[in-house]
Amino acid sequence: MNDKLRQLEFDPRLAGMLGALAAIWIGFDFLSGGAFLTPRNLWNLSVQTASIAIMACGMVLVIVTRNIDLSVGAMLGFVGMIVGVLQARLLPDLIGLEHPATWAIAVIVAIAVGTAIGLFQGALIAYLGIPSFIVTLGGLLVWRGAAWWVTQGQTVAPLDGRFLRIGGGATGAIGETATWAIAGVGCVAIVAAMHFARDRRRKFGFPVRPAWAHIAVMLAACAAVIGAAWIANAYAVPPGIARRLVEEAGGTWPAGGVFIAHGFAIPVLIAIGAGIATTWLATRTRFGRYVFAIGGNTEAAELAGVDTKRTLMLVFGAMGALCGIAACVSAARLNAATNAAGTLDELYVIAAAVIGGTSLAGGIGTIAGAMLGALVMQSLQSGMILLGVDAPLQNVVVGGVLVLAVWVDVVFRRGIK
Amino acid sequence: MIRREFMFAGAVVAAMAIAGPAPAQTRGPTIGVSWSNFQEERWKTDEAAIRAAIEKVGGTYISADAQSSPGKQLTDIESLIARGAKALIVLAQDSQAVRPAVERALNEGIPVVGYDRLIENPRAFYLTFDNVEVGRMMAREILKAKPEGNYVFIKGSSADPNANFLFQGSMEILKPSIDAGKIKNVGEAFTDGWLPANAQRNMEQFLTRNQNKVDAVVAANDGTGGGAVAALAAQGLAGSVPVSGQDADRAALNRVALGTQTVTIWKDARELGRTAAEIALQLAGGTALDKIPGAMKWAEGPSKVPMNAIFLRPVPVTRDNLNVVIDAGWAPKSAVCQGVPAGRVPACN
Repeated sequence: MNDKLRQLEFDPRLAGMLGALAAIWIGFDFLSGGAFLTPRNLWNLSVQTASIAIMACGMVLVIVTRNIDLSVGAMLGFVGMIVGVLQARLLPDLIGLEHPATWAIAVIVAIAVGTAIGLFQGALIAYLGIPSFIVTLGGLLVWRGAAWWVTQGQTVAPLDGRFLRIGGGATGAIGETATWAIAGVGCVAIVAAMHFARDRRRKFGFPVRPAWAHIAVMLAACAAVIGAAWIANAYAVPPGIARRLVEEAGGTWPAGGVFIAHGFAIPVLIAIGAGIATTWLATRTRFGRYVFAIGGNTEAAELAGVDTKRTLMLVFGAMGALCGIAACVSAARLNAATNAAGTLDELYVIAAAVIGGTSLAGGIGTIAGAMLGALVMQSLQSGMILLGVDAPLQNVVVGGVLVLAVWVDVVFRRGIK
Repeated sequence: MIRREFMFAGAVVAAMAIAGPAPAQTRGPTIGVSWSNFQEERWKTDEAAIRAAIEKVGGTYISADAQSSPGKQLTDIESLIARGAKALIVLAQDSQAVRPAVERALNEGIPVVGYDRLIENPRAFYLTFDNVEVGRMMAREILKAKPEGNYVFIKGSSADPNANFLFQGSMEILKPSIDAGKIKNVGEAFTDGWLPANAQRNMEQFLTRNQNKVDAVVAANDGTGGGAVAALAAQGLAGSVPVSGQDADRAALNRVALGTQTVTIWKDARELGRTAAEIALQLAGGTALDKIPGAMKWAEGPSKVPMNAIFLRPVPVTRDNLNVVIDAGWAPKSAVCQGVPAGRVPACN
């Protein structure tokens, strides 16, 4: 039985997570009288998850190297404040309010500042040998304080109109046609990638799945992508905004209204892009192999000639860059930069990675799992709000689920040994 | 210069009729301030006002920041006493946890002013803006804009007693309409940590649950109000659904000018800071708690302990009286009126 499953490359952990997610979704839908599994709620859920999911990608790499980054929430707050001040106070004076280049400058600066902070912390950890727990705990205090200093605590709002699209919201979706196009391209890419992977493995004489299983997985993945596109396209733009869009395009608003689909939200696409890029980095590049080698056995990696210090610094640099992106998403979503943004996010990000199967002992973890973990946690929180469960109890449940998920993982891992 | 200032200080002291050290003394008392956290926008303003009022009479301002830690605040207060504070102003991080330290200060004969957040001790003084009144003011303005319909309540942090005072005040005003069936409460939630992002998520879920049939939002402060407005904007409802707030922070004043927020309650932190410093100076000079000018008896706290208190009256700021904050120098006109079309808002012309 076990051999059969192994031959199918059945991943019980991933299957378990998908099962848990399905159970949570169906449970909430039942309890909320059908309000949970609506295109609207699922679309919102995807946007609510985006910023944590983006950071969770980097956290997997960090934890895989047996390190931790406690500063991500504070970094998000600090970078968010810089981005806010830049586009609401500095750039309007330099290039004018609502300049077409504002959003791009803001995003580039965010990624640059995030990367710089990450590399700096990484250098302290890798080259000076200070434990990452301490460096990033210090970072948590430093960057949170720095976020306050940027404006002496003032909230900066509103932000640039184009920049806001990064955060989802009314104008933050790509529309029906582009959504189908992306779904189509995604499907083709999945089929091609799986096909080439299979060919390559066969060439090297590695075992491959039976053809039926291969095709079944392919179809399931494609169905998921098409299904997501269908759901995103089933969520209509609210009438007030639809009317504005129609009138801005020079049309007249018909009496019955028109159905304009949201389509995929931009922050979600950013998160998925970040996930794919990080997965590629982790599984297809030499850097990625080094990362997992360090996590498996640092000394062995070092003796094998891996520049562990440089690799470690780059891992934290990547984490910083992802924090920069997440800072843009969360500031744009709120249409404001606040110095408290990202408070407690470090814990949610770490929890997402751990729920997603990343081992705190290092060496094990997948980015897809961490992103699913983020989605599981957000589903719990959003679902409970929908049911009218108040904030303190929500935290109790999420905390309990975190511990439970890791316990199940421990039991499961013992089982396969 | 110093001499001139000193003479001026003497005049102020005389004007305030402080019983205690004669103005001939070269230095005024040392007043210690224990802050809960400096993360928030407004406390900086308070600090400047307190410092100015203390230094005006030649006193010394010393302070400590608890950085959101109730534990650190205990040691902060002890160290302020050790540094020679003759009176304390305490912005409690946790109104319960701070009590042993306050008790200790009072036992050493050092008077304590509970600043903005209640410290329930009969021997302490309580100075705050009337938070119940803030809640009432928010509800009044929202009620004026939407006399009936579905209301959502975005409350403050469940760990902050002020959140309950606010909600209580709002409910006082709205209860008759709720009982008459004109107003329906279609959702209320605490906002963990007062975080705008949490408020936004709560608002999104309420909109989903009610299929956008939300007519008004009573949000507990400007941060949570901003989160609610962002959620409304995603549904094209920003500007048509009234939203409340308090603190008069710049982003919120701009929203009021733009029309996406209905009201923000302005609590002039400079007034609160100055009054606190004046009270602390008088208490340090030996004035009894109930002899502070304007002090009233109050026992509405959670444990109904009778206390001496002063409640300052906040000002509701709407589109029509935005000039109040601009004229007072609280926020620059450029920030308040950013992006506002000409001729729409009187204060921006």
